[in-house]
Amino acid sequence: MKPYIELSYAQVAMAAGLVLINGAISVMLRLDLERRLLIAATCTVVQLLLIGLVLEWVFRVDRWYVVLGMMTVMTVVAGIAATQRTRFRYPGMRSRSLLATWGSSWVVAAIALGAIVRVRPWYTPQYAIPLLGMILGNTLNGVSLGLDRLGGELAARRDRVEALLALGASRWEAAREPVREAVKTGLIPTINAMMVVGIVSLPGMMTGQLLAGTSPVEAVKYQVVIMFLVASGTALGTVSVVLLSYRRLFNDDHQFLDSLLDR
Amino acid sequence: MANGPAIEAVGIGRRDPRRGADGWLIRGVDLVVHPGDRLGVLGPSGAGKSVLLRAVARLDPIDEGSIHWQGREVLGDGVPAYRRQVIYLHQRPALMEGTVEENLQYPFTLRAHRGRTFDLARVEAILHRLGREAGFLAKNARDLSGGESQLVGLVRALQLDPRVLLLDEPTASLDPVATEAVEGLLGDWLADRPDERALVWVSHDADQARRMTDRRVFLRAGGVAPEENV
Repeated sequence: MKPYIELSYAQVAMAAGLVLINGAISVMLRLDLERRLLIAATCTVVQLLLIGLVLEWVFRVDRWYVVLGMMTVMTVVAGIAATQRTRFRYPGMRSRSLLATWGSSWVVAAIALGAIVRVRPWYTPQYAIPLLGMILGNTLNGVSLGLDRLGGELAARRDRVEALLALGASRWEAAREPVREAVKTGLIPTINAMMVVGIVSLPGMMTGQLLAGTSPVEAVKYQVVIMFLVASGTALGTVSVVLLSYRRLFNDDHQFLDSLLDR
Repeated sequence: MANGPAIEAVGIGRRDPRRGADGWLIRGVDLVVHPGDRLGVLGPSGAGKSVLLRAVARLDPIDEGSIHWQGREVLGDGVPAYRRQVIYLHQRPALMEGTVEENLQYPFTLRAHRGRTFDLARVEAILHRLGREAGFLAKNARDLSGGESQLVGLVRALQLDPRVLLLDEPTASLDPVATEAVEGLLGDWLADRPDERALVWVSHDADQARRMTDRRVFLRAGGVAPEENV
């Protein structure tokens, strides 16, 4: 195994210079994207540098409450981000997204840290933070897609849902199809990713481990673990947020509260 | 059931959920339906006729009052069982994907109708009365006109043997011939078991209301105007 090559800031700057290619394309084709490109490039550098500094500190301090605090901030940001791009919203959607994201990702992260990787102590930041981060990133997508699809399906099938209720259907019977569609939509990206992993692209974490000098077989083992953690976290998060939303939008009297659903 | 009221709605009030505290759509409305009743709900557009009918069907939450079925308040898990007996028929009934026959079979997959089966001969007989022949069952629901959808909605409800039909302008999209057929069918349906069945009919058409109902409730601006008995 060749030794790991540390990058100087000059080397990082050289890579950043490649963004000029994007700029040139934008100018040549008059895409009018230069300003946005500049902002995006700045965000990339600033956000990553900041998180690098924060992580340096968290790794150095190495205290359970600091790691827990960091994990909480990551989870809250993910839970809120999951509701940012849905076409429909309802009162209480954000808290349900937060609850689903929190519950599912922490359960899976606990299994990963405590039972699978067996990190001792459990809060070792080198493991706890990246593992949770990868679970959260995917759970967020599942929660977001599930919420979006559930709202879309219920809005599009409003009349059918109501017709079923009028014929004696329970709230579950009336909502079953939209709920199933929503859960399916949330799970598909993960399943697709699992099918092509390693063939179409090498996952980021595995690439990172390879660059850091880990043997490919070791890196693959970790990647397999991660794929399954991500798949289960996404599944739990999507099902939770869809069921929590269903319970909010259908009351105990088997009525569909469609007026709560806002575009 | 012959003695007491089938449905008793007491002091029904519903607010517009988007307007909040003062946005009452209907308020203080009482409605009693006895077996054998042919009750008309009349009033100008926006008076709250559909709101009342939907509330009585327990399809929408109410903010005041209560609804009783055979003396018991309709709540919680009793609601689907109630809706099996008291079916609300929308002006434009929503149909599922698939053929007319599949639409008519669908309700039998619901728990509330467990143990009962789709009766093709009976459905064909009802459709025949409505001027539709057996080939109609194979039509795709997507290809139906508004009037045909309304007929399918009606047959889908009738085949379930409800006790009470809450009809929200059930002939709004029909031509005069089909309207007459529907009126005749519903009149016979009620006359068949007057000690068990009842109709509540929302209509804009005063002549139809006179033909199809014996007792009428007038709504104005979300409240009941004095009842007119004929």
